[in-house]
Amino acid sequence: MRLTSLLTAATTASAALLLAACGSSSSSAPASGASSSSSAAGGATTSAPAATTSAAASGKFLACMVTDTGGINDGSFNQTSWKGLQDAAAANPNIEIRNIQSIPPNTDYARNINTFLTQKCGIIVTVGFAMGDATKASAGKNPDQKFAIVDNSYTPVIPNVNALVFNTVQDGFLGGYLAAGMSKSGKVATFGGQQFPTVTIYMDGFYDGVQYYNSKHGTKVQVLGWNEATQKGTFSGDFTNQTKGQTITQTFISEGADIIFPVAGNVGLGAAKAVQQADAQGGNVNMFWVDTDGCEAANAKQYCKYFITSVEKGLDVAVKTAVLAAQSNTFKGGNYVGTLANGGVTLAPLHEWASKVPAALQAELKTVGLGIASGQIQAPTKSPVG
Amino acid sequence: MSEPAGTEEPSSERSSSAGTFSQVFAKALEGNTVTVTVLAIVTAAVVGGLLAAFTNPVVLHAPAGDIIPKAWSVVAGTYVALFEGSIVNPHTVAAFFQQASLPTAVHDGFLGAVFNPLSETCVAATPLILAGLAVAVPYQAGMFNIGGQSQLIGGMILSAWLGFGVSMPIVIHVIVCVIGGFVGGAVLGWLAGEIKARTGAHEVIVTIMLNYIMAYLLAYLLSSPSLLQKPGSTDLITPEVASSAHLPQLFGNGIMRVNAGFLLALACAFGAWWLMNRTTTGFELRAVGANPSAARVAGMRVEHAWVLVMSIAGGLAGLGGTAIVLGTDFAVNPSNFGTYGIDAITVALLGRGRPAGVVWAGLLFGALTAASPGMQSQANTPVQIVQVLTSVIVLFVAAPPLIRTMFRLRATRARGVGTTMSKGWNA
Repeated sequence: MRLTSLLTAATTASAALLLAACGSSSSSAPASGASSSSSAAGGATTSAPAATTSAAASGKFLACMVTDTGGINDGSFNQTSWKGLQDAAAANPNIEIRNIQSIPPNTDYARNINTFLTQKCGIIVTVGFAMGDATKASAGKNPDQKFAIVDNSYTPVIPNVNALVFNTVQDGFLGGYLAAGMSKSGKVATFGGQQFPTVTIYMDGFYDGVQYYNSKHGTKVQVLGWNEATQKGTFSGDFTNQTKGQTITQTFISEGADIIFPVAGNVGLGAAKAVQQADAQGGNVNMFWVDTDGCEAANAKQYCKYFITSVEKGLDVAVKTAVLAAQSNTFKGGNYVGTLANGGVTLAPLHEWASKVPAALQAELKTVGLGIASGQIQAPTKSPVG
Repeated sequence: MSEPAGTEEPSSERSSSAGTFSQVFAKALEGNTVTVTVLAIVTAAVVGGLLAAFTNPVVLHAPAGDIIPKAWSVVAGTYVALFEGSIVNPHTVAAFFQQASLPTAVHDGFLGAVFNPLSETCVAATPLILAGLAVAVPYQAGMFNIGGQSQLIGGMILSAWLGFGVSMPIVIHVIVCVIGGFVGGAVLGWLAGEIKARTGAHEVIVTIMLNYIMAYLLAYLLSSPSLLQKPGSTDLITPEVASSAHLPQLFGNGIMRVNAGFLLALACAFGAWWLMNRTTTGFELRAVGANPSAARVAGMRVEHAWVLVMSIAGGLAGLGGTAIVLGTDFAVNPSNFGTYGIDAITVALLGRGRPAGVVWAGLLFGALTAASPGMQSQANTPVQIVQVLTSVIVLFVAAPPLIRTMFRLRATRARGVGTTMSKGWNA
């Protein structure tokens, strides 16, 4: 009998919730600006007839993004990818943008992608290699839906997925070269968030850049925190724990490093704090930022004077290009690799350091950059691109 | 059903602090009437709505005269998205009836679109129900299982390995994998039970630590190419399980993802109820939960009961992981175990520690989960507010005095439910 009463309780409870939802649904659906302002005639090519969420009358092209756990304010690749969508919307007022953040309870990538399928998005952009399989599966089931994925590529290519990957070993190499040229102590350091290919590819480039500088100038600048040959190095364990980044950086500084290159998203802010502290104590320590131009990033620009440069990855440009192409029906599937040659990866402007980096070194950087772009200088990596 | 004798004597043989812990948990379940539950959910919906409205930038930046209509539209949008994402989206029904003929409408997936929200609710509920049972069942035997997470991971690892590493004929393969998933979780439950039985180490601490151990062990296995990592990949992911090991999809290969895992969860809930209420073993387990000393005097093997019930619980949670691997994801990565094992504690609490209650609570949580991407993208409700809404519901359900005070209800002691639960589940 207790069972019965429980059943009743739970049924009534769910019914109450339903009623609440129905109530607001029937009385106010037309007024609900958020849910009816939307949706998408542009996505008319979608094969899944899986619903017309709201009136397709507005004629807007929906560009939808599923971000990974970090979300659109992570100061890292999710944010930069989202900026690509924002830029596309700014460039074309017919584009409306939406996003879903994949944190609990939204950890199910397939459900997040499905939600956008039912909303008739013109293009669905997924962010990060973790979504690679879910994107592939959905693309296979919905061959007319356009997708783009950041930081993941497919072999063989999928015709309705534009896979955006970045050969960041190339600008990492330039960063390493610059670091070696600027180091007074003869020691530079790098560390990663986690040992993912998208992280270690930067570290390989940085390592090689330093070695290349050494071979050109007969110097013996050392790299702490990463060894390309053994693929072993220092990792903070995640992309959020700033305290860990601070501790690691303090250790590097006490070992004599004077330029730090964190490849760990927001953990880099902890590194910046450590650099600031060292500076306050009279140490001459500086750093690089990663992924975006640190002097322009809202969360990092307060440390701009310590950023000699940033090793950038043009996620925003690539995403924006993919969205605009989808909107104007010039979308092409397949893999896109950002390189120094096509501007997909680059070293950020030197900002406050423009006058402090010797002109000769700046000129050398240009030459090395051209060398890499033309293939004369090899920037090898053990991490697959993407 | 009658309570075993001697329930009036709270036992506190080992740990008084844990005793307090249990009393808090039990208090939460005590005297929770239907009225209170309904009022709790209505209150939560109102509070959640206010939160959704007044955390929304559109409302915050609206001119003063415009705040109320804007707030109303945000609240409405949020709950419309909740309903459309978890039960049914009226637009899909309309689209279905606009099709020329029934067969084309079915064939082209319009019917699937109509039932997809319900399907997603069931998919999300499946691991929650199974892991919720893994908390509720040992609870009746006086054990507090916080190790749902570790047991779920154990089930995932073993079922995935059997799924991609072994090739077998079509029907047998999936059965072997499901059994493997049960065993994978049961081993971890058994370990916690055995440690408690042999040494008296508290199962709460043991199971919490096992959660960490398994999460990091999984990360290690996924980063070792010779172990679970997909060959030729540097990503932290296992190979995909063979299609012969997939749980059957209930409605074909279209958009609806609901699969046999959901039926498995319902069957397990029934099985758990039957075991605990209709068998001698179940009676012994409940007797041990009510008062271990009395159970021992009555000739029951208390330690044996602990080990048994934790093994069963582990197996149930393991099946939750199995349902994810073989039902929807078909591979294991470091994030697809989610927080199911932790949410399961809330589900068991909301379900008042009973299998049927766990099913309903799991479905309620599943509905909130299934709708949350839609609430986020369509109604611009931040995902965190969706979590707040869920937590607010539990807060009100778990604190009946709060609801009774708010609505000036007379305190009524529920008969029965509180009796077993408030007494020494933790000898």
